[in-house]
Amino acid sequence: MTARLFRSRRLGSIIDAVGNTPLLRLERVGRSAPSVEIYVKLEFANPGGSVKDRPALRMMTDAIADGRLTPDKILIDSTSGNTGVAYSLIGAALGYRIQLVMPKNVTKARKDITKAFGTELIFSDPMEGSDGAIRLVRKIVDENPDKYFYPDQYSNPSNPLAHYHGTGVEILDALGDRITHFVTGLGTSGTMMGTTRRLHEHTRQVHCVAAEPAEALHGLEGLKHMGSSIVPPIYDASLPDEIMPISTEDGWDMSDRVAELEGLHVGHSSGANIAAAVKIAERLHREQGGGCVVTVACDRGDRYFAPLKWERKYVW
Amino acid sequence: MVTVRIPTPLRTLTAGEEQVQAEGSTVRAVLETLEKNHPGIRDRLLDEKGVRRFVNIYVGDEDIRFLDGLDTALKSGDEISIVPAIAGGN
Repeated sequence: MTARLFRSRRLGSIIDAVGNTPLLRLERVGRSAPSVEIYVKLEFANPGGSVKDRPALRMMTDAIADGRLTPDKILIDSTSGNTGVAYSLIGAALGYRIQLVMPKNVTKARKDITKAFGTELIFSDPMEGSDGAIRLVRKIVDENPDKYFYPDQYSNPSNPLAHYHGTGVEILDALGDRITHFVTGLGTSGTMMGTTRRLHEHTRQVHCVAAEPAEALHGLEGLKHMGSSIVPPIYDASLPDEIMPISTEDGWDMSDRVAELEGLHVGHSSGANIAAAVKIAERLHREQGGGCVVTVACDRGDRYFAPLKWERKYVW
Repeated sequence: MVTVRIPTPLRTLTAGEEQVQAEGSTVRAVLETLEKNHPGIRDRLLDEKGVRRFVNIYVGDEDIRFLDGLDTALKSGDEISIVPAIAGGN
């Protein structure tokens, strides 16, 4: 065995695997801006497969620390996406009961991923969409407030704090003074708010850009067009240095491009983030002849592929 | 006359209406009528190649991609639904 300075990481709990994700240099998609470095933080390396492990863990541990979440309570929230997977995984690891409310018409894969962790699902009216799920969870909690802990990621300050203490610190740790620009899309806005607050405290100026869907009707799952949405209470419009609209087509195309050019198969919100980073890099190359842009890969593309269940019969 | 169900993000164009009535014997013709009554709606749904990739248009329960696309024939009383590929939020 060769002597090394570091041992491989040994963890006491799956939740210790949340965070400290790698930062990857993209070499090929930014060829149009050769003087600018582009990095993407690989949030799919979190154990739940997405950036949402960070806020979910922080919302739960903060609530456990101050007594809002106790072992007799059920964590309930409305989500059919990555946050639900994160709650389910962390709930299983820490021994808390999790219930998720989702519209009945969400894909079977979504139901199966969360159920695999022992999570209980409650279905809301499919015609009422995600707003119907929010209304149902509020009704359930209102009827029995002592029985539940309702984290509500859109208004919970622990969500941006997870990025302030995690994502932002890790980016500076990896790049130091090299970073000139940060860009990420707005969903709950937690990643944008928390990371930006930390980067703005850095001794050198970091220009922080919020990417958002260019139109109200869009296909960038996880992202919000603020002008036509219920604005999350944690969103502070004065924080981003710039807002950059990204079209659904640009986001989808970039997901395909990074898969083919970089071996990085990511979801559409990550595609939108990388498309925004490349746009910024091209501008910097043109105007300043250099720079370093950082963005986030929120999850892997295969999360949006249909089956995610143990196959009954294996054929090799 | 057919009924068109409008998704929430486009209701700013229909004065908040969840569904509107429109004339037309094909989906294409109905979308032209919609554009006349609610200017701007066509570009939200179509590009030069046809229906935008993240937009799904249904006649009844059938996606028009599996029917005759924009040339799908309609009869009076049909219900058209415009559904984004995802609903947003997470």
